[in-house]
Amino acid sequence: MTASPLGLSEVLGRTFPFPRRNFLSIQDLNPVEVAGLLDLADGFVSLNRQTSKKLDLLKGRTLMNLFFENSTRTQSSFELAGKRLGADTVNMSPRSSSISKGETLIDTAVTLNAMQPDILIIRHASSGAASLLAQKVSCSVINAGDGQHEHPTQALLDALSMRRAFGRIAGLRIAICGDVLHSRVARSNVGLLQMMGAEVRLVGPPTLMPAEVARWGVSVFHDLREGITGCDVVMMLRLQLERMDGVMAPSQREYFRFWGLDREKLAHAAPHVRVMHPGPMNRGVEIDSDVADDLKVSLIQDQVEMGVAARMAILASLAARLDND
Amino acid sequence: MSRPLAILNARLVDPDSRCDGPGALLIRDGRIADIIKGESPEGVSADAEVIDARGAMLAPGLIDLRVKTGEPGFETKETLKSASLAAAAGGVTSIVLQPDTHPVIDEASVVDFILRRSRDIGLVHVYPAGAATKGCEGQRMAEIGLMRDAGCVYVTDADRPIVDSKVMRRVLAYAASFGVLVAHRPADPWLSSGAAATEGEFAGRMGLPSVPPIAEKIMLERDLALVELTGGRLLVDQVTTACALESLARGKAKGLSVTATTSINHLSFNEIDIGDYRTFVKFDPPVRGEDDRQATIEALTSGLIDIVVSAHAPAPAEDKRLPYDEAAPGAVGLQTLLPALLAFYHEGRIPLIDLMRTVTSRPAELLGLDTGRLAKGRPADLVLCDLNAPIVVDLDKLKSKSRNSPFDGRRLQGAVRMTLVDGRIVFRGDA
Repeated sequence: MTASPLGLSEVLGRTFPFPRRNFLSIQDLNPVEVAGLLDLADGFVSLNRQTSKKLDLLKGRTLMNLFFENSTRTQSSFELAGKRLGADTVNMSPRSSSISKGETLIDTAVTLNAMQPDILIIRHASSGAASLLAQKVSCSVINAGDGQHEHPTQALLDALSMRRAFGRIAGLRIAICGDVLHSRVARSNVGLLQMMGAEVRLVGPPTLMPAEVARWGVSVFHDLREGITGCDVVMMLRLQLERMDGVMAPSQREYFRFWGLDREKLAHAAPHVRVMHPGPMNRGVEIDSDVADDLKVSLIQDQVEMGVAARMAILASLAARLDND
Repeated sequence: MSRPLAILNARLVDPDSRCDGPGALLIRDGRIADIIKGESPEGVSADAEVIDARGAMLAPGLIDLRVKTGEPGFETKETLKSASLAAAAGGVTSIVLQPDTHPVIDEASVVDFILRRSRDIGLVHVYPAGAATKGCEGQRMAEIGLMRDAGCVYVTDADRPIVDSKVMRRVLAYAASFGVLVAHRPADPWLSSGAAATEGEFAGRMGLPSVPPIAEKIMLERDLALVELTGGRLLVDQVTTACALESLARGKAKGLSVTATTSINHLSFNEIDIGDYRTFVKFDPPVRGEDDRQATIEALTSGLIDIVVSAHAPAPAEDKRLPYDEAAPGAVGLQTLLPALLAFYHEGRIPLIDLMRTVTSRPAELLGLDTGRLAKGRPADLVLCDLNAPIVVDLDKLKSKSRNSPFDGRRLQGAVRMTLVDGRIVFRGDA
């Protein structure tokens, strides 16, 4: 299902003042807000496909990307989203600047806060870092990934991709496969998909599953074929290669044999199955190129496109609240 | 010496003699000169200064077996002076310092330094614990005999488990020949490495690196086996999990020379208190789940756990205002130990006298200290505490140089009215 192209006024009519200052965790949201954000993002998808993409919803606003971990994909997605909405965007890379030299996260936050940004987008290797930052600055904070905790904008863009592919999220059977233990993408997706009424399964070796994961309200499988049987969506997670060198799994080839997604295993899923991956992919480790590049099956390219739209929706909603302050 | 002091109309609580009832106490020359049970007489001693306790509890001052200061080496965190002030304000009259200072308390001269400094400060009794191994590095034994002679009361490597079983065996055997107690943290180092929380649903959802509770049991089982082998004396430094308590019970049933502490933090908080990554609720060992907390309280009730410590560990704001996994573990606790402990009395879970034993006569007995009892001739180390007075823990009122208290804002019952050390009033609270 593809949304019919929308005009600017129709998209703007969908912006709504977000009831919170920050966008930190899926746990903070309710289904109505998620649906609202998805509707808005849908509108931005249409706009993004037009020649003139520039809006001025965020005119005069300053967006700061503060990425303590490198991520070209997410950082440029936010940068583009901000620019298309007319904001001034600045990228800070604390690792390569003097900011990182012995300065704590809070010192950095206070320094940047003094430059009066309107929205601060943070990625950090520690769980809870975005929430900590939000407590110390006066601007809005968006969590672009905190440690192994959450990556809520990824979950929103994944939901958008699924909703556009299937027309709904409720009732979908979705398998999230791979390194769930270390994955913030998995945590945010489980929260959002369950909230929207999907059936969520987690698949992976026991060494890559969090403790007591069965209490998340998901079904847990250690066998990939069994886990994806009948699934509408198979979402593969990225696996850090160093974790596969006898640490969490014996080797890459063993991992691929049992938990890597290829054509043969995928045949166990529903006939209309779509495959997702948050990127960047380890081809031949968690996913076979044959599957990843098959545009009839793979939503991976869509996910990147939806990323910009979903982030525009979040920025526009936060800005609408800023305007009301 | 100074004038005698008479404390009248008190509720005398002395776990050693199992006394809990109204009475009065006369203090002369720094020692308890007389104990009068029942109704307080009109005049105890003609020349005595009289304090009317108005029914408040008069008990032996608390003995805290696990206290860190930053002196020497980390004076910005805490000094002996600031820790002593906090102790006095909390009704704690004796503190045992952990050896992981800089330099480490691993030789007699550092023991001597601490003792001299505390004598100069002259507030509460300060006893150093010596390092079990040089530099607390778990490799070569420290001078346990010389440190004992200089005045250290037990040996320990503080937060760091002695990983090498051969070293631990030797430490236990060698210390035993001097009658020295060995305190050891039960934590499997490999399972614990990098952990900030206890493994379970909560840590999993929060994405925190975590350690399973059995890491405590695994190391404790090894230690108990080594105690059996060597005939050593072991003080288990903070038991906090149900599974380790099972091992402890078996070890005790076997008649091994084993005593165990737990911390007031693990009795008072569970992992849910981490909430939105509150680093003040980050401890080492990590805060546990509610089942483990309940099991720990139960073990305190049954006497399986002998002693409660504050695990006082000052950490300045810059060490705490960090993401949870990067933040320093530990909490200050000298000033909140007594009221936090009294919560279990107020909840009706543990009789007052049993609760007080864990912080007075039991630790005194274990270390062979003269104090910790209300008995004629003993040092007048006392706390006078209004058991029912409500208090709200206020970080700004903490005497420690670091104010990392997880009890911040908590409503407790039990206000220290007065603390005496060797008959001198070292703290006087608001009436």
